Amino acid sequence: MKAMEVFDAFRDRRTVENLAGEIRKISKKSIVLMEVCGGHTMAIQKYGLPALLPETVTLKSGPGCPVCVTSQSYINRAIAYCRLDDVILTTYGDLIRVPGSSSSLEKERARGRDVRIVYSSLDALQIAKEHPDKKVVFLGVGFETTAPTTAATIIRADADKISNFFVYSAHKVMPPVMGKLVDEGVKINGYIAPGHVSTITGSGIYKDIAGKYGLGCVVSGFEPVDILNSVLMLVKQFEAGEPKVEIEYTRAVLPEGNKKAQQLLYEVFEHRDDWWRGLDVIPKSGLGIRDKYASFDAEKKIEVEVEETKENPGCICGEILKGLKNPRQCKLFARGCDPSNPVGACMVSHEGACHAYYRYSSHG
Amino acid sequence: MHIIDIVAMDKNISLNHGSGGKLTHQLISDVFLKYFHNETLDQLTDAALLHIPESRIAFTTDSFVVDPIFFPGGNIGKLAVCGTVNDLAVSGARPLYLSASFIIEEGLSMETLDTIAKSMAEEAHAAGVKIVTGDTKVVAHGQCDKVFINTAGIGVVSGPHEKIATGMNVKPGDKIIINGDIADHGMAILCERENLKFKTDIQSDCACLNSLIDSVLETEPGAVKFMRDATRGGLATVLCELAGERKVGVELDEESLPISEPVLGVCDLLGFDPLYIANEGKVVLVVDGDRSEKVLNQMRKHPLGKNSNIIGEVVDDHNGMVLLHTDVGGSRIVDMLAGDQLPRIC
Repeated sequence: MKAMEVFDAFRDRRTVENLAGEIRKISKKSIVLMEVCGGHTMAIQKYGLPALLPETVTLKSGPGCPVCVTSQSYINRAIAYCRLDDVILTTYGDLIRVPGSSSSLEKERARGRDVRIVYSSLDALQIAKEHPDKKVVFLGVGFETTAPTTAATIIRADADKISNFFVYSAHKVMPPVMGKLVDEGVKINGYIAPGHVSTITGSGIYKDIAGKYGLGCVVSGFEPVDILNSVLMLVKQFEAGEPKVEIEYTRAVLPEGNKKAQQLLYEVFEHRDDWWRGLDVIPKSGLGIRDKYASFDAEKKIEVEVEETKENPGCICGEILKGLKNPRQCKLFARGCDPSNPVGACMVSHEGACHAYYRYSSHG
Repeated sequence: MHIIDIVAMDKNISLNHGSGGKLTHQLISDVFLKYFHNETLDQLTDAALLHIPESRIAFTTDSFVVDPIFFPGGNIGKLAVCGTVNDLAVSGARPLYLSASFIIEEGLSMETLDTIAKSMAEEAHAAGVKIVTGDTKVVAHGQCDKVFINTAGIGVVSGPHEKIATGMNVKPGDKIIINGDIADHGMAILCERENLKFKTDIQSDCACLNSLIDSVLETEPGAVKFMRDATRGGLATVLCELAGERKVGVELDEESLPISEPVLGVCDLLGFDPLYIANEGKVVLVVDGDRSEKVLNQMRKHPLGKNSNIIGEVVDDHNGMVLLHTDVGGSRIVDMLAGDQLPRIC
């Protein structure tokens, strides 16, 4: 399969082979690296990269998929919103199949509720403009990557004086969870740090991970050459005993990040404690809407009765997200939980560890 | 009835067109007989009376509900003919006759139905098959979406090709060939439907494959062990079915997979794996390893086979499983599609 020209260099077979060879040559001590970005999880599986790595190098998937870490109570509340007759619920596609306590947005849509998939929060705002008699609720999900666009949309709605557009925020930030995992005793030796998040935040946010926790952090791109190059950089750091923050994804990421996007983000959002699936509440890890923009905050402006949270006891999404177990160690994996009938969120999202494992590796 | 009502009714399908009465007959003669006519259909018997040479008969049926009904590279009518012709052809049969049943939503414009019927007739003519029987029902607004079409088909299978449908002769060493770029149909539909903010020139590959398949079966008799058209679920699904049903291993070489740049680009952008995206004019063949180059050369001579390529082989290892060697030298398992297929692509 021929790749698009712009990616040719980053998907070049010889470069990949050279990098894999270099990793094999240098890696002496066993090293466990965790990726905390769903895009990396997908790329690693899609390109079959584990087959190229020596036995000393293990790759683990962490809580990098925003859909996967979203709590069931959030889904239940979204379902409650869409059941209101005067609400149009708008969401990114992955979220609609995540099971709540007794339903999902997909099932609600089949029952005639107005649930619409959008590719951008601005599309949701447009729907609000076209339906002034309805309340349009947008499910704001994602890390520092998507939060600035949600912020920009709220600012636009404010400027255009739109009063029927609301955001239900589950936006989160990445650094607190990376520290929390280590505090919880997850055994890793370095992070393949998220590329898109870092485009916004810069690489500076990982200083503590390297300094306080002694773990290497390499901000990686999403092509096979990027990922193997990042692995090589982390292996070199580890062998030399010099953990530090480095950027492999230099064509997109600056140490200071995208100042304008950061400004937008914090104009609208502020840090708050937030609940992560499998990790409970992590201080200052979520993004809530500031009081200044409270009129766009669905939580504050639209009252609903929300169903009680009921998690499936067999589902080990939490431990999978922490990297303590891999999907194949879940007794539901491929036996009652698969992408067409997902039990846990990790099986729903394309970026979920279970989904990626199900799709790209053996589960016979 | 006011004159305006009569004009309006003439331009659109109404429930009366499905009543079995005068308007139904008018619709049949004005649209369907006009395009489909042949000595069998023209008899307007309740069942078509057919002459079929003495041999095994292949019989298949398929319903088409694609949304939108017009898409780059085709429409629901063309698809309804190609889909059924291809199901017969990949079973080693020579397609002869089709039925065509329409479920029409009231209000569909007569012009739309006319265009659909016309392209069905053109496609059937080009494929050398006759539409010999049919049915029309009209349902109230909202009870179906514009038009749904069912086609059934009959073909004849000559002795040497009887084992192609089951693939019972497939064995390690056989090569896997596809007749061109994958994922065009699914991506054409997606781009048309999802209101994407960018333009592409991706066209559906919707086509009747019987002439291509005929040319291979005639020039290289006995070389083809198995065929299937890679429709819903894409190439991956066909190969997983092959591996599972025949209990063989399949190895696929990503580098040799034909795919167009625009399709690859859109797949990359939206996160789709082209291996699972539907095709409507692609046949996967498993052929005798020693004769694979000859089959490939023959296929490349045909307009629908110019981009044909050998994309993998059947192996005596990891039985029941499809292994993909990736472009970059890695490898991974390719499994059946579960979940996220696009609804109503055919």
